[in-house]
Amino acid sequence: MTHSAQIEPTGAPVIQMRDVSKWFGQFQVLHEVDLDVGKGERVVVCGPSGSGKSTLIRCINRLEVHQSGQIVVNGLELSDNVKNIEKIRRNIGMVFQNFNLFPHLTVLENLTLGPMLTRHMKKAAAEELAMHFLHKVRIPEQAQKYPLQLSGGQQQRVAIARSLCMEPEIMLFDEPTSALDPEMIKEVLDTMIELAESGMTMIVVTHEMGFARTVADKVVFMADGRKVEAAPPEEFFGNPREHRTRAFLDQILKH
Amino acid sequence: MTDATPGRLGKPPTRRPKDLLYSESFRTALYQVALAAGVVLLGLYLYQNVVENLGRQNIATGFGFLDEVSQFEIGERLIDYSSRDSYGRALLVGLMNTLSVSAAGIVVATVIGFAVGIMRVSTNWLLQRIALTYVEIVRNIPVILQVIFWAAVIRNLPAPRQALDLWGLGFLSNRGLTFLLPAAHPAHVWMLAAFAAGIAAASVAARMARRHREATGRYVDMLWPCIGLILGPPVLVWLGFGAPHELSFPERQGFNFTGGATISPEFVALMAGIALYSSGFIAEIVRAGIQATPRGQVEAARSIALRPRFILRYVVLPQALRVIVPPLTSQYVSLIKNSSIAVVIGYPDLVNIGNTVMNQTGQAVEAIAVMMTVFLAISLVTSLAMNFYNRLVAIKER
Ligand SMILES: Nc1ncnc2c1ncn2[C@@H]1O[C@H](COP(=O)(O)OP(=O)(O)OP(=O)(O)O)[C@@H](O)[C@H]1O
Ligand SMILES: [Mg+2]
Repeated sequence: MTHSAQIEPTGAPVIQMRDVSKWFGQFQVLHEVDLDVGKGERVVVCGPSGSGKSTLIRCINRLEVHQSGQIVVNGLELSDNVKNIEKIRRNIGMVFQNFNLFPHLTVLENLTLGPMLTRHMKKAAAEELAMHFLHKVRIPEQAQKYPLQLSGGQQQRVAIARSLCMEPEIMLFDEPTSALDPEMIKEVLDTMIELAESGMTMIVVTHEMGFARTVADKVVFMADGRKVEAAPPEEFFGNPREHRTRAFLDQILKH
Repeated sequence: MTDATPGRLGKPPTRRPKDLLYSESFRTALYQVALAAGVVLLGLYLYQNVVENLGRQNIATGFGFLDEVSQFEIGERLIDYSSRDSYGRALLVGLMNTLSVSAAGIVVATVIGFAVGIMRVSTNWLLQRIALTYVEIVRNIPVILQVIFWAAVIRNLPAPRQALDLWGLGFLSNRGLTFLLPAAHPAHVWMLAAFAAGIAAASVAARMARRHREATGRYVDMLWPCIGLILGPPVLVWLGFGAPHELSFPERQGFNFTGGATISPEFVALMAGIALYSSGFIAEIVRAGIQATPRGQVEAARSIALRPRFILRYVVLPQALRVIVPPLTSQYVSLIKNSSIAVVIGYPDLVNIGNTVMNQTGQAVEAIAVMMTVFLAISLVTSLAMNFYNRLVAIKER
């Protein structure tokens, strides 16, 4: 891959956001957000509904367009340059709350579509890769089924495998477990924990505070489109500085 | 503890005749047999009645009249026909006219419908409003009025002498639409054959390109090669025949035109009426199809770095077509049925000619039976094709 030469030395930020602001019409969703994510770092983003968490991570692979500030991924700046956008997207996987699997394709076809069309892999090689990642998420036996024939938890694991088939360096998760029944949440979280242990750079929007505590290197708290606080989990949960963080944690940890 | 093991439940129940009456499957079968018998009896009764009545009035029954000489002329026809031909052939002429006006109507309705449907979801406010207004107008005026309207418009066009000149390519007058045509030449048949061969070659080539991609991972863009394969052969054949480029221009002559080709006012009016009416419905079908693909699908495709072209081809279109095709086909069927409005403006379609046959022979039951059978056959063939398509592309769920 041509862009592997541009990867910074270990520890250097692979994602840099500077003063990123975004508006939906008159409404400002993001206010001058700064965020650095180092290689292999695991960042959990939390905050009340509507605080701009989804918008923030969707800006990183340009599903949303930021209007001011800078976003640099692996040394490439996100602008409206389609070549750069494509390179950056190839390097970033994304998992959605509603899975967004392609319902007209089998699980295997969902997984091979990207590798064949954007990474120019042979079909046989793409299928081998797909089966490899289906083994990783523990559902190789579902390869020939269609997404809607699977349980929610299985669908989300297929979605994770679909992203992994692009062999990205960064994975974004937007509330990957919020659409799942409690008994399925664990199987998806387990998959994500394994991924974290393999050294993947991850940004995860979630309300699963247990996951944040055990997996995250850094927890970011967003409110009203601002980054209110960012700290390692011990500090974030044990001794939050901002009173809004405390109020949020009180609310969410009460249950 | 009542841990029931299967063998311990006592002896299997003996079936008494009375039990049969309470059996669900027996009852279902009984009702169906009763219903079928009822329908058959009713049919027999009606048939008996008709035959008796007609016999009393000395009207012949049966389909023998189809071979009798029709003794009427038909102005517009695609096959040879004169008043010395049979009623059967007259009906065939009508069927061909029904099919040709419907085919033209389907093409026009589809083109306009897709264009307007795409405009309906455009981000351009003005386009969107224009499309909406168009849809509301053509959908909400009864189709028969629209056909009469277009017939009146054409009737009020100038006579051939003052015909509207369409940039030298043809004329619009109260004699219909007259336009230029390449002068008849034997090359044309061969060009048509070459065109068909080109389509076959292009589809084979596209399949080979896909195999190649799957085997090597290299994507070959087949758009232009395919266009070349389809258009190339007819052009080569044309050149091979010495590039015959003589055109037959329509010219005003007296009260009419000579040369070129003319489409009758009735055909134009009927086609415009039923096509525009259907185009409104088709536009809505297309809009629904486009909007039915959730945003998340496109976002997921973007997040695996697919290019816009591939997103359309592999993600959006396959899902949109599933939503569009079934209602689209039923629009086609309804357009074909609407073509029977031909009667009110005197276009000789199947129903119009069937009407004449009925009046001349007095065999209303048989004539109507013929027409109904034909329309039924068209509809059934369409829905069979539809079901086949649906089974082919159905999204598998639990
Ligand atoms: N496409 C859009 N158009 C207009 N406003 C939007 C759009 N998408 C999001 N918003 C608004 O932007 C704000 C932030 O939305 P976002 O989805 O980023 O919040 P979130 O923190 O992810 O919330 P949740 O926890 O509910 O997912 C919300 O007020 C939302 O209403
Ligand atoms: Mg969100």
